[in-house]
Amino acid sequence: MEGLGYLGAGIGAGLAVIGAGLGIGNIAASAAEGTARQPEATSDIRTTMIIAAALIEGVALFGEVICVLLALK
Amino acid sequence: MRVQATSRILALVVPLLLSLNSHAFAALGQNEATVHESAAAAAPVAPATVAEPASGAAPAVAEAAHGEGQGEKPGDVIMHHILDNKVYAFEPFGEITLPEIAVRPFGIDISVTKHVVMVWLASAVLLVVGLSVGASVKGMNSKQSPKGLANVIEALVDFIRTDVAKSNIGPGYEKFVPFLVTVFFFILICNLLGLIPYGATATGNINVTLTLAVFTFVITQVAAFKAQGVKGYLQHLTAGTHWSLWIIMVPIEIIGQFTKPFALTIRLFANMTAGHIIIYSLIFIAFILKSYIVAMAVSVPFAIFIYLLELFVAFLQAFVFTMLSALFIGLATAHEHHDEDHALEHAAHH
Repeated sequence: MEGLGYLGAGIGAGLAVIGAGLGIGNIAASAAEGTARQPEATSDIRTTMIIAAALIEGVALFGEVICVLLALK
Repeated sequence: MRVQATSRILALVVPLLLSLNSHAFAALGQNEATVHESAAAAAPVAPATVAEPASGAAPAVAEAAHGEGQGEKPGDVIMHHILDNKVYAFEPFGEITLPEIAVRPFGIDISVTKHVVMVWLASAVLLVVGLSVGASVKGMNSKQSPKGLANVIEALVDFIRTDVAKSNIGPGYEKFVPFLVTVFFFILICNLLGLIPYGATATGNINVTLTLAVFTFVITQVAAFKAQGVKGYLQHLTAGTHWSLWIIMVPIEIIGQFTKPFALTIRLFANMTAGHIIIYSLIFIAFILKSYIVAMAVSVPFAIFIYLLELFVAFLQAFVFTMLSALFIGLATAHEHHDEDHALEHAAHH
């Protein structure tokens, strides 16, 4: 039964990464599209992209921290 | 065709080498086991002073029950490197036990630890760099351009001033530039100090990041009060909704005020810790699989790759923390600018 904690941590880490990957992938895709359509707005788009990616990454890292706590407890 | 042939040969040879290697490592491991056992025998002398005898004996028994001589699990070693402690180890050369402060105000242990030393070191670097760059810039007239270090710092400071502060805070951003620049360089230097050998990442300690986020929080709140006044601040908490919704909106808005610094804290802490854990984990793959091939083919290249990625992340996270701080300050002081804009419009109309 002790192993279940590790299993949960592993699955949780994977799920958090899937979510963050999908989210940041969407942002990057939209940013690339936006830059292609309006090259003059590149710097604004980049800034917005980094902020949004950082916010998503932050949420994903909450999950990862919990998983690390589970695994190393 | 030739590629296929070589890949086939490799497919045959690599497992063979792997198995040979694991045999060699197993022999090594047995030697290590004896070393570890002797270390384990010597170890209880030190913890005995800290832990009571009953609980002190239990881990030793558990360790003996494992029997394979693996005194330390990879997880323990990783955590030992990530967490703060009072002994600064310079591994082959010995270690320094940092001074302990017996005075405990409010029961808080304020002894010097590894991360405190790194914070001081970062502050010292910041002071030296800042003072020397400031002195070199001061002696220049407007036609000269800064050279060397001063040039690098000027580029970064200008980036923070225009791209981070000005574009996110808007008018009246000048007041916040010193704070943002300081936070950026402090986090950057802390992050980079963690990447040099014998360094430790002070920003990988949640206390440090929490303190930085509390600075941002206090500045944001004060700026909001100053910009909107008490009435405007309270109005902001209702988010401009109908009064019947206030019972829901006000708690949400208040929680929202505290979520921002909390997110800042966890983001920086987790990013800096995660990178180090990944590097250690990659190195430990070679030790767990006991193979030289894995060490050469997986551990070292991937660890170097992650290390370089960490170098990028050190800059990125410093930037993100500064950017989000500026964004929060900008959101908190947004009302003032509307009013100013209106005032300008009025002036233009008249």
